[in-house]
This record gives sequence, C-alpha cells and structure tokens, in this order.
Amino acid sequence: MKKLDNTVLARRANQIKEELRQELRKPYKQVIDLYWGDPHAAGVKPLSFVRQVLAACLYPDLVNSNTLPVDVRQRAQRLLGECAGGSVGSYTATAGIPEIVHRISEFITKRDGGAPSDPENIYISPGSQWALRNILKVLVNSQASPRTGVLTPGPCYPLTNFTIKGLGGVTIPYYLSEEQGWELHVEELHRALDSAKGLCNPVALYVINPGNPAGYVQSRKTMQEVIRFASEKRLFLLADEVYQECVHGEKSEFLSYKRVLSEMGPPLSDTVELASFHSASKGFMGECGLRGGYVELVNLDPDVMKCIYKLFSTDICAPVLSQIALDLMTDPPQPGDPSYPLYSEETQHIKTMMVHNVKRVFEVLNSLPGFSCKPMEGGGFAFPRLHLPPKAIQKAKEMEMEPDLFYCMRLLEEAGVLVKPGMENGPKEGTHHIRFCIMNPEDTMEEMLSRLSSFHTQFMKDFS
Amino acid sequence: MLRLRDVVQRSVPPRNSPLNSGLWQRAGYKTQLGPQVTEQPGLKRFSTAEATVQTGPGHPCRMREKSLTMASLSPQVKAVEYAVRGPIVIRAGDIEKRLQQGGKESFTEVIKANIGDAHAMGQQPITFLRQVVALCCYPELLQSPSFPEDAKQRAQRILQGCGGQSLGSYSASQGVECIRQHVAEFITERDQGVPSDWNNIYLTTGASDGIMSILKLLVSGEGSGRTGVLIPIPQYPLYSAALSELDAVHIHYYLDEDSCWALDIEELQRAYLSAKQLCTPRALCIINPGNPTGQVQSKKCIEEVLHFAYEENLFVMADEVYQDNVYSADCHFHSFKKVLYEMGPEYFNNVELVSFHSTSKGYTGECGFRGGYMEVLNMDPRVKEQLVKLLSVRLCPPVPGQAAMDVIVNPPREHEPSYAQFIKEKSSVLDVLAQKARLTEQILNSVPGIKCNPVQGAMYAFPRIFIPPRAIQEAKARSMAPDMLYCLKLLEETGICVVPGSGFGQREGTYHFRMTILPSPEKLTVLLGKLKEFHLRFLEKYSREGAPSSSLHREEGAQSSNLHREEGAQSSSLHREEGAH
Repeated sequence: MKKLDNTVLARRANQIKEELRQELRKPYKQVIDLYWGDPHAAGVKPLSFVRQVLAACLYPDLVNSNTLPVDVRQRAQRLLGECAGGSVGSYTATAGIPEIVHRISEFITKRDGGAPSDPENIYISPGSQWALRNILKVLVNSQASPRTGVLTPGPCYPLTNFTIKGLGGVTIPYYLSEEQGWELHVEELHRALDSAKGLCNPVALYVINPGNPAGYVQSRKTMQEVIRFASEKRLFLLADEVYQECVHGEKSEFLSYKRVLSEMGPPLSDTVELASFHSASKGFMGECGLRGGYVELVNLDPDVMKCIYKLFSTDICAPVLSQIALDLMTDPPQPGDPSYPLYSEETQHIKTMMVHNVKRVFEVLNSLPGFSCKPMEGGGFAFPRLHLPPKAIQKAKEMEMEPDLFYCMRLLEEAGVLVKPGMENGPKEGTHHIRFCIMNPEDTMEEMLSRLSSFHTQFMKDFS
Repeated sequence: MLRLRDVVQRSVPPRNSPLNSGLWQRAGYKTQLGPQVTEQPGLKRFSTAEATVQTGPGHPCRMREKSLTMASLSPQVKAVEYAVRGPIVIRAGDIEKRLQQGGKESFTEVIKANIGDAHAMGQQPITFLRQVVALCCYPELLQSPSFPEDAKQRAQRILQGCGGQSLGSYSASQGVECIRQHVAEFITERDQGVPSDWNNIYLTTGASDGIMSILKLLVSGEGSGRTGVLIPIPQYPLYSAALSELDAVHIHYYLDEDSCWALDIEELQRAYLSAKQLCTPRALCIINPGNPTGQVQSKKCIEEVLHFAYEENLFVMADEVYQDNVYSADCHFHSFKKVLYEMGPEYFNNVELVSFHSTSKGYTGECGFRGGYMEVLNMDPRVKEQLVKLLSVRLCPPVPGQAAMDVIVNPPREHEPSYAQFIKEKSSVLDVLAQKARLTEQILNSVPGIKCNPVQGAMYAFPRIFIPPRAIQEAKARSMAPDMLYCLKLLEETGICVVPGSGFGQREGTYHFRMTILPSPEKLTVLLGKLKEFHLRFLEKYSREGAPSSSLHREEGAQSSNLHREEGAQSSSLHREEGAH
C-alpha cells in the first residue's frame, strides 16, 4: 500500500494558515513554521550591512547619497567596478565575478590555517545544492549498468538523496551512531560499501559537517579516517559544509575537509578528490532567497575540470546579488569600519539567540518522556528521537501514515506547529524522529517548545 | 549534416599549434579518450586491495589514479557543448587579461559582441525596476523621501508575499504567489483578454532553468522509443546542450535563410517524418523572435506550427524571451498562446504549450538577476506535480530575480508618478536597439562576401560569410570549423569577439557568425568598420596565392550561392550524442 507522504502535511499547513486568515477558531492564532532551515522566514532579521550594500549596488544613486554608511558605499562602489558595465544586471564569468572568486579563495586559505586555495577551482552557483547537483551530474552516469552509487549518511539531507536518484544513481546509506551523538564510524562506512558490492558502482562519499539534520560536528580524527577511507576505496569526497558558521558546542570546532586533507600531507593531500560546498543561506547571513553558494574542487583531473566548466557554463552564471552576498559573507566589516559596531551587534545577537535555543531545546525535549535529544553541537536543526507508544504506531498504520508523519500531523492540527517528520531523512529503520529549525528568534522558540510540550504530554497520555 | 559535436571534434587543433595551443588547453576540446590519456581508470573499482596509495622515494610526485576521469565521467556531461561561452570567449578572456596587464595588441580593447548582455555593453537599467528591488532589499529605505510612492507600493506588496517579509527567505518552488498572479494578469493583458491562470505560472532561474526542467520531464524511453525533440537550426545552443545532457535525440529543422530565416512548415514536416522512424518525437522548440537569427514569426506561420503540433501530438516549447524586442515596422510579436486561443477551443484546450520569458532581455536587460517565468498550458495535472517536485530540487528561484520579474510584468501605469520617466527610458532603449539593428544590417550588407538578413527582432545579427576555399583548407588542417578559424582571426586581429555559426548549427557548407547589436551606436559603427576591413583582408589573404584575384572576387560577389547549398538539407538531420553509448 502506498503511504501518504509529507506533501499532505505541507498541504494541511497551507489550509490551516488560510483558515486562520479567515479567522476560523483554533487553539492558536498562528502556525509556527519550522519545517525548513529558513531563518528570515522565522523572523530573524537580515544583517543591515549586507542589505545596505545590496541596495546600493542595485540603485547606485545610494552610493552618492549619505543615506548609507561610508564603508557600505565604498564597498558597493568597488563591487560595481567589478561588474561588467558597472551593473549588477550584467552576466558574470561562468565561475562568478573573478575578483569575488579570488576573495573567496583568500577566505578559504585564511579559514584553513593557510592551506592553499586556487581561485581556478571555485565555482559560484545559484545555491550550494545547484553546485552539488552539477558535480553529481559529472559523477553519476545515468545509463551505466550497474548503476552509479553514492554513499550518503543516514540521516541525510533528503534533497541530496533525491538528486542522486533523479540522475539515475543509487544511494548507499551509512548510518550515524545516534547513541554516540551521531558520530560517524569508519567501520560503518566499510559495512555500507560492502553492502553495495555487486549492486552498484560506488564512486563518491557524501558527508555533511556540521550535520543536517543531526547536529554533530566532526572531529579531526573522524575526518582523517573518512579521508583515508575515501582514498583507499577511491571515492570522490563530497563535503557539504554549509553550516560551518553554525557551531554551538563549546568543545566543538569546525574544521573543513579541505584543511584536514591538506594537513595530512602528501600523498593524500594531492590525490584525494574533494568537492567542498558552502552557502550564503545559512550562518549569520541566512540569505536563502538570494540563492548563492559555491564549490571548491580539489585534486580533480584537469580534463574533468574542463567538462565541469562547460556544465556550469550552460547555467550561464549565478545571480549577481548572491555573488555579492558571498563576498560580504567571506569578507565582512572589520573593527574600525563604520559598519562594524552594528554588524558586530547583529551577529552577536544571532549567536546569543542560537546559544539560547540550543540550550532550551535540549533541556525541554529531554525533560519530556518519549523524547530523547542528543546535544546539538552544530547545524541549524534539532533532530530528536521520538519513542512512540505502540498504540500511536498502530493508529498511524490505520491512517496509512508513517508514525512520525502521524505525529507531525497531530502536532500541526492541535498545536499549530509545523515540523518535519524525520523519515524522509532516512534514519535507521524502526527509529522515529522529527526535525525542526532552531534558527529562530528566542520567543518563537519558547512558544514552540511550550506548545510542543503540552501537545506531547497529551499525545502520550492519549496513546498510552 | 552538421553536428555540434562533430564541429568540436573537427576543431581540435594539433597539439603543437602555437597559435592556439592555449585555447585548446583551456577549452576542453578533448571529447574522447585520446592516446595522450595514459590512465585506464575505473576498471578496478572493486579490487580495493590494490587501491592503496602508492608512494615511495622513487616517485615522490606520483599521482594516484583519479576516481573521476574522462573515462569514468558521465558521458552525457561529456557531450555538452555551449558555444556562447566556448573557446572563442575563453580566448577573448585571455586576451583581455593580457591587455590589462599591459600586453601589446593591435587593438586597445576586446569588444564582446558574443553574448546578449545589455548592461555590460553600457545599457542603463530602468530606474523604476532598480528602485523597487533596492527597496525590497533594504526596507528601511521605505522611509526615504527620495523614492517615489509607486515604487514603495510595489516593494511593499512584494515583501508581503515573502516569508518574514524578507527577500532572504525561500519562496515556494514555483515562486512567490503574488508575483505569479501578477504574471498571469500581465499575460492576459498582453494577449488582449486570453485567460491566464496563475497556477500555471512558474518562476524560474532565468528562462534556461525552465527550458531545462521541461525537457527533463519530456525525455524518456529507449531505442526507437527515445524522446526526440525538434529544434531549429540555427538554434540557441542551450537547447543542444540540454538535449545532449539528457541524451535525447536532436531533430533538426532548418530555418530558411533565403526568406529571412522563416520557419517553413514543410521543412518541419520533413524533419519530423525522417526522425519518426528512429525515435519518438515528443516536443517542438521554437524561438520567436529568433536567436541567433532575429526573425519574427508571422501569425500565419505560428498557426501552421500549432496545427502541426496538434496533429502530431507534439508538446510545444515557445521561447519568447525576446517578445519586447521587435524592430521592423511590419513585424509584430504574436504569442503562441494567443494564436492558439484564436484557433478555437479544440486547439486551446488540447495543445500542450509552455511559453518562456525572462528578465534578461527586452528593454530591461537584467541578466544578472537570473529571473524568468514559464506558463504551462494543458499539462496533465499529475505531470505538473512531477514538475513541482523537479523544481523543488533547486529550492526556489532567486527572490530578487522574482521581484525584478514582478516589475517587468507590472510596470508603472499612466496615472502613477514614475510613469513618465519609465516610458522615456523604455522607449529610449528600444529605439536605440532598433536603430542599431538597421545599422548592423546595412553595414554588413555593404561588405562583399557578407550577407545579412534583416534583424527584425531579438538582439543579434547572424550574417552569412563567404570563406575562401584556401581558408577552409587551413581550418581543416587545423581540425577546426572554418567559421571558428574566421572568428578566431577576427578576435586576434581586431579584438572583436563573436561566436562562430557552427556553434548554433547551420546548413553544411555555409558559414556564419553571431554578433550582438548591443554596443553603443558609436562603438557598433567602429566595430562594423573594423569587421569590414578584417573581412576584406581575410579574403585577400586567402585568395592571394594560387588563383588570380579577379576570379575570386567574382566568386565572393556571387555569395558562394551554390557552394554546397543543398548538401546539408537532405542528409539526415538526426542524431543522438554518441557519448551516451
């Protein structure tokens, strides 16, 4: 029997929002929508500096007026000078505006403690997923037999799995250890690869660090093991690092795969093929709507690089405003700049907000019987495990739903909270989770936790 | 028949050619595994025991076998070619860099007439559009007295449609709802009342994204069941690149150069019938106004095409991104949708039609926003669900691009404060383009050995050039398409960057290039003057030795009219990129 999928949830959410607009009586006045990792939609304010520069680039009269701070105007002027014809309305080079690509490369070098980065290896794209899709297009032969396989984590960011399948490839899940804070064990990679033997042709290993939906941050040791594994099994390494600014754990530190690889030295550092992805959608900026991301490619065959160039060329170029956003992300205001105090205040505010949310979500969820939540060291989501009573699971079956979808439908209906059932993320079989965004203003988070707590308590009572 | 892939293979210059070895190296013109590829990768995938990294004092720099090589690379990707950003353009970039670093050339700047990038060529943005998007970006400006009220109203309305009232939120995969509604209203108004449902509107990342998504839905099947797609020749290379990537069968129908690149329905039928035995033709692409060919289709011709699509059950893809760019007084833009409506309900309720539009062209020329939309008619509702799923992979189109699209479909009205300035800017852009279209045609046609059809619309001239046999021989010797050689020399001698006709497809034995009409009138005049001089020099150079010059002049004057004219037409115009097998 075909089970109902998440679209019923999204559809119902839209209906409820519409019913609320028509002032139908509900136990809540608004739906709290934490389905996506979309901070602005949840009420986080954009960084003023970013928006000021974008506005000035769009409307250069602002460069000459004194409405905006002087460093904003200087920055906009410099960026416009780097656009063909001095306009953000021009196409750019395939990989992006060369000066911006160059500065991204400098940012990477600085971030990675001096590990060299070559601007020629960087492509800006309309969001990191777009770049990931292009690299997957290169890796996945849609007509090969046996089919092309890619190792992906369980739980994973589902769009990546969807893209791989859409290109005619196969995903090979390797499961993260929830018991150990979603740690990645290299033995599990071996197991997963063995399980694929004879079924597909594994060519790549996809890792997400910091994790999505599970909020782990990988240690150097883990990453070294992953790199050795990739080298030994001759796998192309795809490192999704879009949450690199989102590290909350006091003892956690984000290290890029590029850096770890580079510091492992030859022969690994000049052989393992790596694509690392970053984005303007997450972190302090949270500019999802601009659609800006980039990929850095390491150790690729020069002929393959030429094909990748052609592939990105057919997309022409990434939106110019998103390229500018990436520039501002990788090269923000510095102490002494007129915009620095406000910038610093705004980013500090977001940091405080995240610290608060991480702490509160952890406390509240773990205080609820039937929920268990691992510490969130990084990323933008909570991914707590739900231990559902057998009666609830039975009820879900009757309604032709996965148990977690059933839970989320009830949560939406009764408490006006929209979160995502974890099933789509592909966790270990037989486990149930929900995923929700934690990049929200504190009061939204508190309201959500309070609604979730009352709902959950009642739910457990109803089905005990 | 000319195949883009063949062109590429033919145009691999010998490795030691000093003139363009750099070009060769950067352009990736190695589409097949050549003898210089020493690795034999991909064969030992499962024999992991041997795959450990070898190092040793003797081979400190020995490279590990790559996991991703030309042999293991997806063959569909290998087959992708995209001339508009091809080797000539890469070469132009190199020359530009050299000039900036103080290198000496016989010219002082590279003029990029290769791509329809209006702002890069100095066209000014439409003030109102920029005001609205700037206000959306930084809503604090809504308090500023220096922005007009109508711009503020537009911005507020757009922001209300965005999550958290921010352009920084994801929109629905189909786009912001109120913008989709405005698009539908615009279409109804443009088509004089033909109804448009906003549920059929999908905002896209430039028109290309929409075209690619629709093709992806259409392509399936194996062997003779494989989807074939009818595309014009010459065509905008996005289509051939997309079809190669999807491994669909390219079915070429030739536009009639002798009648201003008109679409000839008999030729369309010929192409369709010849392809039908080998694949399953499912879709028909039309570019109107034409790119690179600049023709504007008559209503009668559109009716014929739609009737044909109805009869043969073809899905119609109408690329109408140049709908505002019509210059000839006796030509008018007719949307496929409106013509379909006027053909009656039997047609209007059945023919599956998608029409594409963009922020990049028209009078706004906002290429950098990557904004566009498509309207989808008569698509099976279940397929539409699949379309949404497909679009959701890229999450959503850039929201500022959606905002720009909103302004284009909802410009200032007569009673609004920005109207006067808006109309002034809009007509100034379009008037200058019309003037440049005429100027380009005139000057090109004054050059012996060049013949250019009227630029009725769009932004390009696609003149036919006579290339002397000796130049053709030289190109052959260098494994290069003759018009590639021509464009390369033009670039190297004058700094003018245009795209060879072989990148768009053309009848065998004919040669063309595409140039934009976007440089300012002054620059365009200089460009055309230099081009004329170059062409005469080129003819001279390649006619000097061997034959008496007088006979060559005759030949060139005759426009090489019988030079292989018919060859291409009869040969099979059908192929599937071989890389897939």
